[in-house]
Amino acid sequence: MFASGYDVTHFLSGLMLLVSFMLLYQDRMFPILNVFAFQALVLALAVAWQAFIQDAPHLYITAGMALVMKAGVIPRALRRIVRKLGIHRDIETVVSVGMTLIAAVLLTLLAILVVVPLTGTRAAETREDLAFSLAIVLLGLLMMIMRRNAISQIVGFMSMENGLILAATAAKGMPLVVEISVAFSVLIAFFVFGVFVFRIRERFDTIDVNVLDKYRGERK
Amino acid sequence: MNDVGLTLVLCAPITAAVLLAAIKPYRIAALVNIAASLLAFAAASTLFWSAPADNDILFVDGFNIYLIALNTFVGLTTSIFSATYISHELETGCLTPVHLRFYHAMFQLMMGAMSLALASNNIGLMWVGIEVATLTTVLMVGIYRTHEAIEAAWKYFILGSVGISLAFFGTILIYLVAQPVIGEGLTAMSWTSLIASAAQLEPHLLSLAFAFLLIGYGTKVGLVPLHAWLPDAHAEGPTPVSAVLSGLLLNVALYAILRFKMILAANPNTLSPGPALAVMGLVSLLFASFMLYRRRDIKRLFAYSSIEHMGIITFAFGLGGPIANFAGLLHMTMHSLTKSAIFYAVGHVTQAKGTQKLDNICGLSETHPALAWGLGLGVVAIAGLPPFGVFASEFLITTTTFAREPLLAILFAAGLLLAFGALLMRLQGVLFGAPTAHSSPLKASLVPLFAHLALVLWAGISLPQPLVEWFQRVAELLG
Repeated sequence: MFASGYDVTHFLSGLMLLVSFMLLYQDRMFPILNVFAFQALVLALAVAWQAFIQDAPHLYITAGMALVMKAGVIPRALRRIVRKLGIHRDIETVVSVGMTLIAAVLLTLLAILVVVPLTGTRAAETREDLAFSLAIVLLGLLMMIMRRNAISQIVGFMSMENGLILAATAAKGMPLVVEISVAFSVLIAFFVFGVFVFRIRERFDTIDVNVLDKYRGERK
Repeated sequence: MNDVGLTLVLCAPITAAVLLAAIKPYRIAALVNIAASLLAFAAASTLFWSAPADNDILFVDGFNIYLIALNTFVGLTTSIFSATYISHELETGCLTPVHLRFYHAMFQLMMGAMSLALASNNIGLMWVGIEVATLTTVLMVGIYRTHEAIEAAWKYFILGSVGISLAFFGTILIYLVAQPVIGEGLTAMSWTSLIASAAQLEPHLLSLAFAFLLIGYGTKVGLVPLHAWLPDAHAEGPTPVSAVLSGLLLNVALYAILRFKMILAANPNTLSPGPALAVMGLVSLLFASFMLYRRRDIKRLFAYSSIEHMGIITFAFGLGGPIANFAGLLHMTMHSLTKSAIFYAVGHVTQAKGTQKLDNICGLSETHPALAWGLGLGVVAIAGLPPFGVFASEFLITTTTFAREPLLAILFAAGLLLAFGALLMRLQGVLFGAPTAHSSPLKASLVPLFAHLALVLWAGISLPQPLVEWFQRVAELLG
């Protein structure tokens, strides 16, 4: 199936982008979390593959972190929150799924058109990984904008971080301090998000961000 | 060599954060908070006499040393202000002792993270510093747990994370640009080697990286249209946090943008970063000036004023050249000192009057004369009236713009005048008029407030010669 190492890189980062598209049209909570966990799994594989071909053993730590935290602990915790709050019902999106996917295709095109011509002198893997990861970042952003539910926004944010880690590992020899810091910041981010979700629940009995908008200080 | 000084600047706040998380009595905690800030400031001052040796992780040069000193100084005065502010919040039951421990620990952690961001010689480490500072302020903004505070913190968090993610993508791009020229590893991310080999870097990719960095860190600076988090975060958090947000964190984010601008300026083939900065600055200035007229909340009013002033500073650096850069640096300092002074005053005012609504704050000059003087002088200073330092920098920017870009100068001057009108109109209502019924006596230390105003006044009347020479040197570095 894979004629060369390049094919594997290509396959894994392409798969991550595909999963980003899948995230966009899920309209219930549990599938969103499952798809996100799958993306994190692919990310862990992609990072481990980079560690292998770049002969950079420290990247295995990043891969392990992605596997344990993002594919395991975090989706499980979020699933528990969803079950506790009883919000398995449908998510309303701001515009229709069709429009969202069209926007997603355009963003992916934009990412490729911006990155590929500008990185002409680099290795093909680096260029494509960078283009893919920019697309994943943009799709994560799109998801955060399109969804009104706090948990889907968290997932959108974390999928954005997946794209960033893919880019950071594709850049050959980028110092370890950065990778760990990214993984770490995701941890902190999750902690913060978790606190917020609970506080929001405490106050409003809902985690729909639309309800929060009523409490904007200016409108009292 | 003074490695001890720099280590102390970074370690004092972090050690204090751990300690403060454990200390229960709030009086002792407030004292420890002040002591740690004092230690950091004293250590930062020693850097002037002997700078530490540069390495791939940390460095101190003409540009960041002045911001480190300014940051630790404002951190010190804010911790003094915070001590009186917080004891009032405890008495009225707005904060519980547990929240307070959390607040003190977060405050010191934020100071440490900002010093790290300023002193780091590594673009990745700087990113980590700004990220940590953002997260700690998010937690502090949400500390009152009211509906508004949670909404503000949530908005700040979402927008801040998006900005910080885009900035990280820009950071990766910078590394990719540097890697073929400098080689792999830490050196490819250090400011010193990036600047040294800026001319050989690939120009197109460098321009693209700057676009991401400008949007990413620009969100943290509060440039329009990325400013939406700023007024909410300022208005709903504790006032000492508003003071450090406006006075320090915005500066740190702007510092990051300016560092990257220096790399672009040293490379002749890149897109020129100046026009982008100038346009964003001018739009922020004009937008915020108009927004100032419709504010009903006193902290929101001054939050918009911060957007306005960050716009002025960004515009000055976008214009470039020795005079505009000099004025930009001066304005950064003056705004930092004046705005934090204003927030100290506002903090006491809202506590004395029990409200943040501008309509309900009247007749301050009758009920609290000393505070009224402080707030009045602060607003006069920030509105850009002589003899305060803000006037000097705004005057310099205006004249040099008129000499070089008359059309832009008209817009710029219009923005300044609009903001001036709005601030004085509001100030009149707050200071004079019939006092409102609710008004409690004040137990507060006004020393930090007047110390800042005295410094701003001193800078306006005669800027000390060493400071002038030093700003000139940095202005040259900025290109």
